[in-house]
Amino acid sequence: MSTSGATSSDTTSIGTTSIGTTGSDTPSKGRIKLVHIYPREMSIYGDLGNTRCLASRLRWHGYEPVIHQHHPGNDFPTDAHLVLGGGGQDSGQARVEDDLAHNARALRALAADGTPMLMICGMYQLFGNAFITVEGERLPGIGILDVTTQGNAKRMIGPVVLETAYGDVVGYENHSGSTQLGPGQQPFGRVKSGMGNNGTDRTEGAVRDNVFGSYLHGPMLPANPVLADALIRLAVERALGEPFVPGHVDDLFADQARTRQVRRLVG
Amino acid sequence: MLRTSAAVVAGKVARAATRLRGGGSALPGLVVEKVDPRFLTHALADLPRGVVVVTGTNGKTTTTKMLVAILREHGLTVFTNPTGSNFTRGVISSMLAEIPLSGRLKADIAVLELDEAHALKFADEVRPTHSLLLNVARDQLDRFAEIDHTANLLAELAEQTTTSVVLNIDDSFVSRIAGRVRKGVTVSYFGVDPSIADRLPELQEADVRFEDDFTPPQPSARDGLLKPHDERSFEVRFGNDERVGPMVLKQRGLAAMINATAATSTAKALLANEFRDVDAVAALERVTPPFGRGEVIDADGQPLELVLVKNPAGFTVALGTYGSAPVTTMVAINDNYADGRDVSWLYDVSFESLRDKGVALTSGVRAYDMALRLKYDDVAVSEVEPDLEVALERFLTAYRDEPRRIFCTYTAMMTLRRKLAARYGLAKFGEDPA
Repeated sequence: MSTSGATSSDTTSIGTTSIGTTGSDTPSKGRIKLVHIYPREMSIYGDLGNTRCLASRLRWHGYEPVIHQHHPGNDFPTDAHLVLGGGGQDSGQARVEDDLAHNARALRALAADGTPMLMICGMYQLFGNAFITVEGERLPGIGILDVTTQGNAKRMIGPVVLETAYGDVVGYENHSGSTQLGPGQQPFGRVKSGMGNNGTDRTEGAVRDNVFGSYLHGPMLPANPVLADALIRLAVERALGEPFVPGHVDDLFADQARTRQVRRLVG
Repeated sequence: MLRTSAAVVAGKVARAATRLRGGGSALPGLVVEKVDPRFLTHALADLPRGVVVVTGTNGKTTTTKMLVAILREHGLTVFTNPTGSNFTRGVISSMLAEIPLSGRLKADIAVLELDEAHALKFADEVRPTHSLLLNVARDQLDRFAEIDHTANLLAELAEQTTTSVVLNIDDSFVSRIAGRVRKGVTVSYFGVDPSIADRLPELQEADVRFEDDFTPPQPSARDGLLKPHDERSFEVRFGNDERVGPMVLKQRGLAAMINATAATSTAKALLANEFRDVDAVAALERVTPPFGRGEVIDADGQPLELVLVKNPAGFTVALGTYGSAPVTTMVAINDNYADGRDVSWLYDVSFESLRDKGVALTSGVRAYDMALRLKYDDVAVSEVEPDLEVALERFLTAYRDEPRRIFCTYTAMMTLRRKLAARYGLAKFGEDPA
């Protein structure tokens, strides 16, 4: 019943058996700490699947994932090797605002230091400069990504295909915010099908240092394993100070799922 | 009047035509709405015992069927929309078989299952006298955008209700609606007995509920609480002294029991002193699972279960219900509008209960996404076949001598059931006998 308290045991909602075990007889190549921020408030669209995906892939590559779920009011783990966040409802965003402001400095320091992060939808918006509501109220973000989001009456909803540095990326967007990139801010990808940041300039998401923001649910990583492994590579190099040594992973299902969506949506 | 009669005739013709073609159930209703936009208001006016609306994310079809069965057992003539076509057009379509040219329905009471969004549209035309609000869960967020939004739709429906509302006491999204009903409207509840409160996670998602500013209501003797005796037998308790049951349903699982509890509580609110517990038990024990909701088909001498799954809470409940008896399994996932176009929700379900036995086949438009999801829970998948008909044929022949189960989204279920109906001579969808 208690919702506050120990952080170390907060792994249940991701599934206990696939977490924290190496799943093979070979010794672990090293421990990688994944921090999922606000899993209760900001993960109603399956974005915890990204964390589950990274944990499983780390195991498959021979590393040992450690998952930490960060809840509002708890101490933020500054020893994170990879930070993930997802989409929530307006009420969820309101519940995390204070904690995010409190930890903004720590997150900015981690980002500036090269920590890989993946922020989806609502958390992508909160990692920007500001969110401006339909009524014109300016809600400040933590400014890690140079993007500004304007609330809209109309939602942008539907399947998406992007062209990115990691090949075609598929997912599903569901957002009312319209996001503009600041000058010099690189997008994560170019929209081949769907709306993207704002439905007009064909950009989607944003990347700065090793921080990735995107509107794509799906969840994003399982069907796009090249991107998942890119994040893992960054996390491994940061955690162990040595190059990522991939194991053998069978991505047949992921490749089929992705290429079929690409074919359906862009031919 | 003339317009209404014209609408009835046009609708009946459309109904006959679509039935010949074996087509969908909404089209005749659409025809009627075009001819007479006020048709529904007119048809349901003056029913002596009013209009009951059943809505919420999960369990609408089963609960409606149970409530109707209880009321009929008490001798009432009940109009309902048993086909699962829960938009206003579907309601009109299902009236056309029995409605006279006057356009006034001959029944004591109407019990209607309505989609959360369409329940409000319906209430604009017909004020419900009673509402039964079941639960709110993540479902089709591409349509409803946010759970808070869905919860608010139900609250607005409660505001439109004129006589009584029945609320889920354990779902804070629903029980807090008590504060929004009109003056003079009776509020009662259904829920689980405190002795099984630890099983609530089997019925609802807790992680999206924040109780910090809400105290749940205390149940009174008017409120029905589910008290299971074992896996199959249970009773519904009202206060300390009164109980309905014990009884055993044809449909397995805790979700069916809570649906029966909701139906019993609502019937009691509707019938008051006329309510007879023996009739309620007799009716509930006879109710067969609606199509695709745990329906068991005799497939070449072996049981084949068809289980509709459409959101994380529903899939989790289904896996909990059936997971204790693992059988050869197929999972069919489409992403049409009626299924929910975003398949992200599959990652909010744990499939670990399928790990020992594995999954024989995944199918549907998103067959590979489902296989990928299972891979992340270390569930082996023997075969992936996106084509539903090919997959079904393979599933029926390759595993002929064993019990089988298919978990499927809505449009996948419609396709599979049509094939199964043709093959095994089942009643067609929309011709539910009970």
